[in-house]
Amino acid sequence: MSDVKKFLYVNRKAPYGTIYALESLEVVLIGAAFEQDVALAFLDDGVFQLTKGQNTEEIGMKNFSPTFRALGDYDVQKLYVERESLEERGLSEDDLIEVVYEDEDDDWAEKPAIRVISRAEMSDVMAEADVILSF
Amino acid sequence: MSTLHTVNKSPFATQALVSCLNHAKPGDAVLMIEDGVYGGLGGTGLTDIIVEFGKNVSLYVLSPDLAARGIDAGRLAPGVEGVGYDGFVDLVTKHDRTQAWL
Repeated sequence: MSDVKKFLYVNRKAPYGTIYALESLEVVLIGAAFEQDVALAFLDDGVFQLTKGQNTEEIGMKNFSPTFRALGDYDVQKLYVERESLEERGLSEDDLIEVVYEDEDDDWAEKPAIRVISRAEMSDVMAEADVILSF
Repeated sequence: MSTLHTVNKSPFATQALVSCLNHAKPGDAVLMIEDGVYGGLGGTGLTDIIVEFGKNVSLYVLSPDLAARGIDAGRLAPGVEGVGYDGFVDLVTKHDRTQAWL
């Protein structure tokens, strides 16, 4: 289908200090309903959005990190996370939540959606997108 | 296939410009707008880095934003070119996609 475009949502902000991260997730969920090829990129402080164990009870804000785990149900299969951004912040893949999707081409096997890639690979992902939405 | 990157924050306040330059590919263009225009200045702590990236990437600042801040185009770093709103539109049409670095 030639009318399917590759949408890339670029996330560069930490989750609770500004509204960018929550708004990005809202837009991704809306966009996913239009059956486009959707991918998310997390770099710079954006990698903090995916850390395990977020607890916002005492700051009066919604903890939206569990919502990322629902992305697989919306057929969002690609969450690219930049390795250099993780390392600069003392994080590794083990510190991140798990997000899976069901691969229809492989008997609906559950597969990890988070893909840790290098900065150079992130440049390639960006250059291959038809539309980039930044948050 | 190339990308126009826009940066609207001062590089002395956020990492947006440096991160942008680290992800830009040869043949891409970077247009500094709003407070981003401070990234185009010569004689700053970042000028050498920006001039180096300018060998592979075309660097522009939006002249009205520069003028608004009282900065003369003569203070731009070597290789950084001022463009007007019409030039901004030309850059958007010349590249395959636009990526905003917020």
